[in-house]
Amino acid sequence: MVRAGEWSAVDILEQHLAAIEAGDEAIHAFNLVTADEARAQARAVDRKVADGGDPGLLAGVPVALKDNLCTRGVPTTCSSRILEGWKPPYDATVVTRLAEAGALLVGKTNMDEFAMGSSTETSASGPTRNPYDTSRVPGGSSGGSAAAVAAGFAPLALGSDTGGSIRQPAALCGVVGMKPTYGTVSRYGLVAFASSLDQIGPLATSVADAALLFDVIGGHDPLDSTSLNRPTPRVLSVIDDGVEGLTVGVLAEFLDGAAPDVADRVHQAAEVLAAAGARVEEVSVPEVTLGLSAYYLIAPGEASSNLARYDGVRYGLRVDAEDTVAMNTATRSAGFGDEVKRRIMLGTYVLSAGYVDAYYNQALRVRTRIIDGFAAAYRHCDVLLGPTAPTTAFALGAKTGDPLAMYLSDVCTIPSNLAGHPAISIPFGAGDDGLPVGVQLLGPALSEGTVLKVAAAVEAAAPPLAAPAPAPAPAEGVAT
Amino acid sequence: MKPGWEMVVGLEVHCELKTATKLFCGCPNMFGDEPNTNVCPVCLGLPGSLPVLNQKAVEMAMAIGTALNCEIRPSTFHRKNYFYPDQAKDYQISQYDEPINANGHLDLPDGSRVGIERAHMEEDTGKTTHAGTSGRIHGADYSLVDYNRSGVPLVEIVSAPDMRSSAQARAYATELRAVLVATGASDGKMEEGSMRVDANVSVRRSADDPFGTRCEIKNLNSVRSLGRAIEYEADRQIALLESGAAVVQQTRHWDEDAGRTVALRSKEEAYDYRYFLEPDLVPLVPDAEWVEAVAATLGMMPATRRARLIDLLIDGGGASQAQVDQVATVVDLGLDDLVVAAVAGGVGSGLALARTANEAATDADAARRLDPDSFVALLTMEGSGTLTATQAKAVLVDLLTDGGGDPVAMAQARGFEAMSEDSLAATVAEVVATHPDEWDRYCEGGEKGDKLAGFFTGLVMKATRGQANGRAVAGELQRLRGG
Repeated sequence: MVRAGEWSAVDILEQHLAAIEAGDEAIHAFNLVTADEARAQARAVDRKVADGGDPGLLAGVPVALKDNLCTRGVPTTCSSRILEGWKPPYDATVVTRLAEAGALLVGKTNMDEFAMGSSTETSASGPTRNPYDTSRVPGGSSGGSAAAVAAGFAPLALGSDTGGSIRQPAALCGVVGMKPTYGTVSRYGLVAFASSLDQIGPLATSVADAALLFDVIGGHDPLDSTSLNRPTPRVLSVIDDGVEGLTVGVLAEFLDGAAPDVADRVHQAAEVLAAAGARVEEVSVPEVTLGLSAYYLIAPGEASSNLARYDGVRYGLRVDAEDTVAMNTATRSAGFGDEVKRRIMLGTYVLSAGYVDAYYNQALRVRTRIIDGFAAAYRHCDVLLGPTAPTTAFALGAKTGDPLAMYLSDVCTIPSNLAGHPAISIPFGAGDDGLPVGVQLLGPALSEGTVLKVAAAVEAAAPPLAAPAPAPAPAEGVAT
Repeated sequence: MKPGWEMVVGLEVHCELKTATKLFCGCPNMFGDEPNTNVCPVCLGLPGSLPVLNQKAVEMAMAIGTALNCEIRPSTFHRKNYFYPDQAKDYQISQYDEPINANGHLDLPDGSRVGIERAHMEEDTGKTTHAGTSGRIHGADYSLVDYNRSGVPLVEIVSAPDMRSSAQARAYATELRAVLVATGASDGKMEEGSMRVDANVSVRRSADDPFGTRCEIKNLNSVRSLGRAIEYEADRQIALLESGAAVVQQTRHWDEDAGRTVALRSKEEAYDYRYFLEPDLVPLVPDAEWVEAVAATLGMMPATRRARLIDLLIDGGGASQAQVDQVATVVDLGLDDLVVAAVAGGVGSGLALARTANEAATDADAARRLDPDSFVALLTMEGSGTLTATQAKAVLVDLLTDGGGDPVAMAQARGFEAMSEDSLAATVAEVVATHPDEWDRYCEGGEKGDKLAGFFTGLVMKATRGQANGRAVAGELQRLRGG
């Protein structure tokens, strides 16, 4: 609509800024709203349209950024005290690509500290609340991004997904969230949690919008050595191709731990796909049950190294002390929250001499088995179907005292990170409590086109979901 | 070292590569700039930054591996985790169990061979300056960190424990330095820290015994320090063992002024580096074509270049020990091409080597830039007697100072008129006529008489102010005597 000149980017932006102003006090989706920067971007888009230039694929579309994506001159906190006051001197590659596509970057969203958590409750800036029920968590760690989209603060958001951190909050907030294949989206400028698992991906109100955002941010980046050297994705064009002839495997292991109302929705989604012409069968990948254990050795191991640099020497928080080692210790003790400390300690332990073989290296062997297990399933299935999270959104504080219960929220999302495969969560009606349920589609590496195509079919027949309680300002959707 | 003992030495040499940019980012790799000016998000380890491997650094590492006769292999990078303020990420990216180069060797001038276990790539750290009296981080008032060196590419060359004396260790370090310079990968400057040597030293009673407990010695800033530190450390360990005590495995610091090693940390206090595969980089798998292309760019290594000169001397009748030393000097200074050019131009190999090692070597920088043709022309004049040795040396200085030129014109400018045979004969005749007694004795010959040739030559030289050719004078004296 902006591209067609029907709406001005400035008008669209002001509507969303007003919605944030009115609604975010209750939700706390944002750590920081960058209204001035976004207004400048909106004016630039409008000028470009007026001049007859191409304003870009996302011209005038507000996009919220998870607060672990570096933005030049704009605080990037990872919702941690330890990055207090730090302003990156550079933009993440995805941020550059969004700006070039004419997006309006409206703010930095709240998250679990350093993306470690499943409820956005480990944030140093306080929890984000679920727009459908503010006594509930939005999921995490990209809870701020999911809540921002659900509440209508921005039609699009970026999150990062290390063990489910895009998909699980998307499911709990009733929005679409996709973790792309590892290496399809540059990680340059994404503050690392677990480098071999982290991947940036879209959150959106529809499958089509998620596909468009993926097309904009994806593609090779020479600044990320793990970025795949292949052409920029173009998945938006294939999502309406239908599912006829495709085989969908309903993943038994994912249903085992799911609440009955969530499992019902998964079966219902399977019926929808069968009705749309897909072949649906039950599939077992026993190796995925090993995912959670392997993940909690690999991810903390990498995190213990990635987070070593927050030592008070160069940037962020510094708590002065007698000598350098004491200063490091005091800074890290004050700057990190309990969950981050827990994972750093765990990770340091599993990499220690004498233990690395029993724990970290063993977990890497399990990771290979999971990849092999998926490969066997994908010999006869095109995609796999299961729940995204075992339950709908739980109450704030319900699991903060029990880390293992919290970790179990990601049991269905972690295997895709370990395998490096794409997976997407699509809202599919509500649970018995009236809160959103997400169903998840998984595919082999680089099958985003297929996964999104099937997701579009699920979305088309999804049961209706009541709008979130605090009536959001009308979302404009993506103007193309 | 005390008789009845044998020392065992292995060296770990860190060599900074002369790339234009750093190992994982595009910052200039420059020594001596204003602190923290050659830095970016990557080499400062800022959150979200990622490393990208420098292709030129890989090629230099492969060149070093090729020169050290290593296998060049598919390799990976690991993270070596430890906290230190000059380490921007608090981990170092280094190759660990899969190095790019392995299983090579280096032949030393004395004919011995030292195994090379590996030569792997890693990044350098920043540099910390501790203010206060101690000069060390402990007890410093404050510390300043310069990250210009952070991320500079290094190759660490680990020898096998094959050396058995400090002299051999010095020879290894010297030869390795020459090889590194010859590959073009390093300037090999120990005093600037672009080549840093750590020594692992142990002792044992006999070559049949297993290796003793070793100590690693750091802070060796010259080949001389290396030799002194190894000697000291071996003696220290022998004294411990002879007194019934044990050697404790530890890292020790060489104190150059005190001439001794002091303990830094023991094995128990050693860091647990928690190595794991660097997830931000992918495996490095050079294909055969690339390896061959790099090998093809390598020039001759020092050992080959020394052998080339020795071969020239053998053609001229064999090399004396003094000449072997001259060859080493000439190759070390990179002046061997001058000798080769002179011999190819018809100059005698002994003369060519002597002028290069003794005179040209005094200004090696200028000599390396010297046009070999003018050098050949000059030595041809000396060889034929057109110029005396003294004159030739003077013209050579002019050539080096002026950066080249025509030696004939330069000799003329200095007034070095070559004496004609006629005027030489006249001078000799005059000297003979004014010293009849000495002449008679000379003509009688024998050991005593023959010695007077030197007396007459000296007089001729004096009369001609050194412009006569010594050999021509000797010839004329012989002719007059009728022999």
